[in-house]
Amino acid sequence: MAYSDKVLDHYENPRNVGSLDKNDPQVGTGMVGAPACGDVMKLQIKVNEQGIIEDAKFKTYGCGSAIASSSLVTEWLKGKSLDQAAEIKNSAIAEELALPPVKIHCSVLAEDAIKAAVADLQSKQTGKKEAA
Amino acid sequence: MTVHTPIYLDYSATTPVDPRVAEAMIPFITEHFGNPASRSHSFGWTAEKAVENAREEVARLVNADPREIVWTSGATESNNLAIKGAAHFYSGKGKHIITVQTEHKAVIDAVRELERVGFEATYLQPEPDGLIDIEKFKAAIRPDTVLASVMMVNNEIGVIQDIEAIGNLCRANNVIFHVDAAQATGKVTIDLEKLPVDLMSFSAHKTYGPKGIGALYVRRKPRIRLEAQIHGGGQERGFRSGTLATHQIVGMGEAFRIAREEMELENARIRRLRDRLLTGLQDIEEVYVNGDLKQRVPHNLNISFNYVEGESLIMAVKDIAVSSGSACTSASLEPSYVLRALGRSDELAHSSIRFSIGRFTTEEEVDYTIELMKSKIDKLRELSPLWEMYQDGIDLNSVQWAAH
Repeated sequence: MAYSDKVLDHYENPRNVGSLDKNDPQVGTGMVGAPACGDVMKLQIKVNEQGIIEDAKFKTYGCGSAIASSSLVTEWLKGKSLDQAAEIKNSAIAEELALPPVKIHCSVLAEDAIKAAVADLQSKQTGKKEAA
Repeated sequence: MTVHTPIYLDYSATTPVDPRVAEAMIPFITEHFGNPASRSHSFGWTAEKAVENAREEVARLVNADPREIVWTSGATESNNLAIKGAAHFYSGKGKHIITVQTEHKAVIDAVRELERVGFEATYLQPEPDGLIDIEKFKAAIRPDTVLASVMMVNNEIGVIQDIEAIGNLCRANNVIFHVDAAQATGKVTIDLEKLPVDLMSFSAHKTYGPKGIGALYVRRKPRIRLEAQIHGGGQERGFRSGTLATHQIVGMGEAFRIAREEMELENARIRRLRDRLLTGLQDIEEVYVNGDLKQRVPHNLNISFNYVEGESLIMAVKDIAVSSGSACTSASLEPSYVLRALGRSDELAHSSIRFSIGRFTTEEEVDYTIELMKSKIDKLRELSPLWEMYQDGIDLNSVQWAAH
């Protein structure tokens, strides 16, 4: 399978690999996919007091395109509000990385991971407000 | 000695043509170009002599009579001719076929095609070590079983089936027995005088010969008959029409001669390399050898690296040419059906690599491979959320995954 230069770059030099404290109220965690399907993405975002994403980390089990998709979105997420983050579409990821049709599901998974991380953070924050 | 990359470790997909084989072939492309079926001049006679010499060499490697060797375009055609040809010819006896889930696609799909035209098939599941339980094979035989097809050496995991025991069962039950030996020639001793096998498929390009040529062994005593699948000029006693590819045939003959003369020494050397590779890779945590390690050709090492996905691993180790299964299925995203049939979990089936060692593999290449694997597995596990969970003591089977 021929990969685009951008996929290769993210694969060789993945950005923002790692984990944030999932119990931190400022951190949202999204884990999507399944080992049986050959890819699992864990995406974490950390927001500041203004609700802007100041850090994003990922770990991905999957093919080169899955790793590149998640690496790319961690770059895109930084500096965005949660609403802006939720607007990131898989088609933009696929276009940026020039993913072939058989790898589109990797970009879909990355979009799902963002949504899951945002939802996790929002539920934490709602819970916090309710508690307060 | 320096190592040149990429290092070829995919000898089960295909082998380079041995330079001695290439040299033997060339005169039959340019100079001795005659049609071996031409009886009226020396061009034809020269070609025919070369074809018959090669037929003898192929027969000698497997201790058969040269008259039992039929040229084909390769093991896929041999498998098709054997399975469809025998099933149709003997369909009066019954319409049930037995084969194994881990067979090559050329066998599975030929049997599927027979199912489409009214045959019934049993696809035996091998044991977790890849080997067939003889009792289960016995239990699968029915009064209307006409044909069984079992490969000698598996292309993905290299395990060697007990062909003699299976063949004896077939004999006792009057079942025609076909064996795909594409991955076996030059790796295990084959003695067709002793083995109770009726039909056996061979390929040249897995044994340092050229692509596009193969052969089918068709037993004479007791005589096995087949319905031809390719009709035309009646070459190969009507079993397989078409002008013989003299240069390819000469190549296969030379390749099989070399295999016969050198296999003992070569296999000892390859076994040392395989043991070295295995010892090196077993330093890595959470690695699993797929398939029985004892009843196996030394050329094959199929290993799953848990918590690392196969395609990204192959991408990471592009300095070595390996595959995550058979070359025929590597374009698909499905995990290996062979490993699934062994009962391997999806994760382990997804994270397998087949290393296949051959005639031109060196110790330096093996050492390079071990170091490369160690560093890349480390890197990918650093990236893997599954590895992180494993290290945190989380049982991955207890996790509710959102399948997609």
